[in-house]
Amino acid sequence: MNISIKYFGLIAEITQREHETIDFSEDSLTELLSHLYLKYPSLKDQEFQVAQDQELISSETLLTGKELALLPPFAGG
Amino acid sequence: MERYNRHIILSEIGQKGQDKLNQAKVLVIGAGGLGCPALQYLTGAGIGTIGIIDFDIVSKSNLQRQVLFGTSSLGKNKAIAAKQRLEDLNDSILIKAYPEKLTHQNAVSLFSEYDIVVDGTDNFEARYLINDASIISNKPLVFGGIYKFEGQLSVFNYNKGPSYRCLFPNTPEAGSVPNCSEVGVLGVLPGIIGSMQANEVIKIILGIGQNLSGKLLCYNALNLQTSIIKIKKSDNEINKVLEKSTTFQQQNQPSIHCEPMSIFVSIQDVYQQENIQYIDVREVYELPEVEELPLTSIPLGDLQNQLNKLDPEKKKVFFCQAGVRSKHAVLLLQQLNIENCFSLIEGASSINSFITQHKNN
Repeated sequence: MNISIKYFGLIAEITQREHETIDFSEDSLTELLSHLYLKYPSLKDQEFQVAQDQELISSETLLTGKELALLPPFAGG
Repeated sequence: MERYNRHIILSEIGQKGQDKLNQAKVLVIGAGGLGCPALQYLTGAGIGTIGIIDFDIVSKSNLQRQVLFGTSSLGKNKAIAAKQRLEDLNDSILIKAYPEKLTHQNAVSLFSEYDIVVDGTDNFEARYLINDASIISNKPLVFGGIYKFEGQLSVFNYNKGPSYRCLFPNTPEAGSVPNCSEVGVLGVLPGIIGSMQANEVIKIILGIGQNLSGKLLCYNALNLQTSIIKIKKSDNEINKVLEKSTTFQQQNQPSIHCEPMSIFVSIQDVYQQENIQYIDVREVYELPEVEELPLTSIPLGDLQNQLNKLDPEKKKVFFCQAGVRSKHAVLLLQQLNIENCFSLIEGASSINSFITQHKNN
């Protein structure tokens, strides 16, 4: 399935894009993250949460093909 | 009252709503980029009691975005300087300045004197402390966070709703996420997010509209995209905080307010110095290569196994892609008492452009 992913903050700097669509055959978030870690090794150093269809999900949640977002915490104020 | 006329003539607020604002007590933590605009609108709105806690002093680089201060405020404590400006803006409310650090020792008792807490701090240690103290003292928390051109906004712990730990359960390690003083910030961005924080406070007091409890608003100032992400409450995370509530005040204060700035250096400063060992902490396959510097390559993940590669006689300057992993490396080595380590603020591609430019000159 085609998965559209949005990147925020420092995560978008690591991926050097704010958005991409990838073709991915597995339906587990863990598998998808392993794929992204290979593609963007520095992601492993980062703390972030994942949302699917504007809702936070855990690593056990199945991917439905709806839009994902990788959200890092922001320290600044 | 003439001062609040434009509120009172709104049917959604009226005299009754304005009275609620005049009776409310709001504590703003940090009178910086977020705190200044939030304080300005809360004061204008006539919040009856406003507390401001900040231990920091006003410096020139603050004036680009911290709108309560001017050149006459330089060197003054931010809480006190903000109070002086705000008392001129509205002399009919009570403004209390606390020129001190928020700690595990003072947080809960301070929060108990207020109805709503606003987080305008700039580091994770303070943010988790504020979150936990607001859970323990059962106060709604209006949260704002910024990074370069992007902002996050939410309302935590409102009517037993989700908390910051329900969104980000794992405290990021010190130094893993840069703050404004390290990477910069668009001055108007905290103005937008801080004003939105004031708006959430006012809606909570008035009980009008919908606030961001259970939702995280993400705002991008460059493309104006706004996303609202739903956050689920994690009873487990909240209970963990409540279980520790009896020992909360005994907790040691983690080193709030970043690391000493002395660990950061710029390639401009060190390039022509001698006796320097440059260490690339990126993975070996990461690009661009930095060919013009004599390098030692030690990927961050393997640093502790390769300490023998570090030259004890030399000043050790670390770099990576963006300055985050190198800072991480230096903090790690500091914990191991390995001295004379510095992190380059520039990443690999900026280092290359500096050297190219330097050679052309």
